[in-house]
Amino acid sequence: MGKLSRVALGYVGAVVAAAAGLLAGGPFKGMSLQYVIVLGILVIVSESTATQLRRGRLTWSPSSAAMLASVVLVGPVGAALVGACTALGLRRGPSLLQRVFNTAMYALSAYLAGHAYLALGGKIGLPDADSFPGIIGPFVGAALVLVIANHGLLAGILWLTRDPKRASSGAGVGLGARLLLSDLGYAAFGLLIAALWSVVGPFAPLLVLIPLFVARWTVAQFAEQQRAYEATVGALCQAVETKDLYTRGHSDRVSRGSVMIAREIGMRGERVEAIRYAGMLHDVGKLGVPTRVLQKTGKLTEEEYAAIQLHPYRGLDIVREIGFLDEALAGIMHHHERIDGRGYPMGLAGDEIPEFARVLAVADAFDSMTSTRSYRGARPVEEAIAELRKWSGTQFDPAFVDAFVAAIKRDGWQRPEPSVLPAEDLAAIPAQDHDDPGAPLRVIDSL
Amino acid sequence: MSERRHELHRFPWHVRDSGQLLLVVAAGVVLVASVAQTAVSGLRDVRFAVAFGVLIAFGELLRLNLPGDRESAPIGTAGALAYALLIQVNKQLIVHSAWQVVTVTAIGMIIGALPHLAVGRPARVGSMASRLLCVACVAFIFRPLAGDSAVVRHWELALALMTALVVLALLLEAVLTALLRVDEQRARFRVALVDEMRLQLPLGAAVGASALLIAFAAEVMGLAALAVFTAPLLVTQVAFRRYAGIRATYLQTVRALAKVTEIGGYVEPGHSERVSRLAVAIGRELGIHEPDLLELEYAALMHDIGQLSLADPIPGGATVLVSRRDQQRIAELGAEVIQQAQVLGSVAEIVRRQNEPYRDVDTPPDVPAPARPEDDAAAAAGHPAGHPAGHPVGQAAGQPAPGAHRSDRPPAARPRRAGAGPPLSSRIIKAANAFDDLVGSSLDPGRAAAAVQQLRLDTATEYDPATVEALSRVVTRRSVIQM
Repeated sequence: MGKLSRVALGYVGAVVAAAAGLLAGGPFKGMSLQYVIVLGILVIVSESTATQLRRGRLTWSPSSAAMLASVVLVGPVGAALVGACTALGLRRGPSLLQRVFNTAMYALSAYLAGHAYLALGGKIGLPDADSFPGIIGPFVGAALVLVIANHGLLAGILWLTRDPKRASSGAGVGLGARLLLSDLGYAAFGLLIAALWSVVGPFAPLLVLIPLFVARWTVAQFAEQQRAYEATVGALCQAVETKDLYTRGHSDRVSRGSVMIAREIGMRGERVEAIRYAGMLHDVGKLGVPTRVLQKTGKLTEEEYAAIQLHPYRGLDIVREIGFLDEALAGIMHHHERIDGRGYPMGLAGDEIPEFARVLAVADAFDSMTSTRSYRGARPVEEAIAELRKWSGTQFDPAFVDAFVAAIKRDGWQRPEPSVLPAEDLAAIPAQDHDDPGAPLRVIDSL
Repeated sequence: MSERRHELHRFPWHVRDSGQLLLVVAAGVVLVASVAQTAVSGLRDVRFAVAFGVLIAFGELLRLNLPGDRESAPIGTAGALAYALLIQVNKQLIVHSAWQVVTVTAIGMIIGALPHLAVGRPARVGSMASRLLCVACVAFIFRPLAGDSAVVRHWELALALMTALVVLALLLEAVLTALLRVDEQRARFRVALVDEMRLQLPLGAAVGASALLIAFAAEVMGLAALAVFTAPLLVTQVAFRRYAGIRATYLQTVRALAKVTEIGGYVEPGHSERVSRLAVAIGRELGIHEPDLLELEYAALMHDIGQLSLADPIPGGATVLVSRRDQQRIAELGAEVIQQAQVLGSVAEIVRRQNEPYRDVDTPPDVPAPARPEDDAAAAAGHPAGHPAGHPVGQAAGQPAPGAHRSDRPPAARPRRAGAGPPLSSRIIKAANAFDDLVGSSLDPGRAAAAVQQLRLDTATEYDPATVEALSRVVTRRSVIQM
């Protein structure tokens, strides 16, 4: 969490005070210690093995099942006690403040869930055959309250500690409906623990641990695979770019620019992911264009121009078999179309051009203009913005130009490092850039 | 050589799918007997039978595709095992027979498979049959014991018995699946079994534990146990599906991007794909385990990625025809690219060392070095082995140097660990790559045999003899199947 603002500190303080207050208040009378201890251990175990979620700041653990079991078995105060066992999790990583906040958050959520359970008519104690199916309704209510309280309190602290520079990136704040749903799914284990207790006693949590651990393993595996995947795609894109030193990093920056636009216009998370990959891969087809043509200084013959116009097709050929990139494929294919219909390869106009392609086109041209080329130096950001505006409506979709400009004004744009001179045989130096709207490709009119 | 003779007698109609056929027939016999028995004695506790049947059908509908072309239906299997292990529901003893368990499971599976068939996804009969047989195995052992008063009264005993049976069932499924894979993919049984157990362990543990949980929870919760249970199982399955999905996408992406070298004109079309397929087949033949096979596949797909860094494509892309120095340079550049990904360290290492000769001539001092021309005349004559034409540039420290036998360098300057030749995967790629450079996309068995013969001539130093023999078996098999 690093340094906290005063508001954020106040928020943490309020949550901690609320949790401490209700834990001190009790009542503890008649509470069966056996349940609290066994379920507390279950919380500690699941907390100790929490997995890192992909975006880095959050971890996930299946401990909500133990808290919900304690809601049924020992009621709200007991549940808060079990939730407070989070503090004893043997995990390195969270700072003291994070640990305190997490503990208070879980205690508070479990307490609220306990009261929701009672309010809906749930009975505290070991469920028996007569409790079913009547107990299911109150339990679902408790699970909903627990998960929503947990997500709500977390979202609060995330929002208060968000990076002010990246205020627009909503991804960090919302935890995502998927996570909420999966937490609700695992909550069902809570009822199973409670029900099994009357059959196999304290063995119940032990049996439930196995599927919970498998769930955790799966989540961890998924996150790891995803990281590996991103790293590999990035590395391979760089390999493609080694052919041309001046465009090194181009794919990466186009990808970042496209994501900025996508977030600015409020695209869904999954589509933002897809456009990220589309940005990275948008120029792979360039490899199919003979180096001779890319390097040529003078005007191009019609055949050579046709070869360049084909590169989106080639790119499509390469990435077509990658399963999940449906919309991204259309983006890669059409990223050189123009709003006025004079682009390539198909000459689509206006709304006929897929949304992804219109986004990519803006980011692509902008990065080309702000990078150094052999025939000119890098242009300043303001000049490139002016150029984008100039072509807005003819070459680019005005909505995306506006979104991009707004995002750049707020978050800034990281320009490429000045190119290092290439080792003689490693890379070719092109004399023109097909992405550069200021220096369009010159074609010999007729032969 | 008996191995080869044996190979030649393996005609397609002899071996292909015979194991699967056996499995399906066995499952069919059990099924027919069960249906007949159930029809005679009548269905008991129809309500439970229907509820579990629905759960099994639902699980089959949501079956999973696992990494490595496998299929699994965790929810369905958990439901079926739980139905086999049911002792009492709401304090009422459950007395259905094992025959009924098999019947209900089979009907559930078939109903769940129908929508898949309807949209044109083929049924994996072998996989379904092995799942049914596992459930049957548990049912036939446990059902006669379920009514036993000791089991009913002591949950500890019941728990121990059920755990043992579930473990047994999962082991049986691993053995059956491994047998199927030996048949389909020519893997070695031991290797296939270990791979199967390792891969199935997490999912199998979850399925087994869930089956126990449902069986026990039903005592108190009644049929509500099924409904409550489906939620977490579903979530886990969704997570697993995403995991399997990204693994598949990963492989597709590497495959797709490896084609970049072909489109750029650096290598012959289809080269990377062919080399990777051949390398994986050789690896399987040599008993490589699945996680390493995946790395081998990645490395083989990307073995030429270093060529992208060259300004001019090598004519025809045949790396085997250029000097050792250039080969080594391409390997180094490729490894650097892969290294960037950080997660593929061992893949980078495989690619880096793909050109190293199998034996440095001086390593085994008792083996006399064959007379070798120092120029590239042999390479120019189409000889598959490029000979050392100098030291590779940018060589990493501590890496065995080709041509280290030259006396003008003190041996101490090039420390070499004992027996530290190139990794097996690098040796496989070296052989597969050389083979493909010589044969290309040609299907002519004569040409393939000649290429194998050429590689064999160079097993003293360049190629690993065991790898070349495995390659030879793979190639022979392939041409037999083609004829």
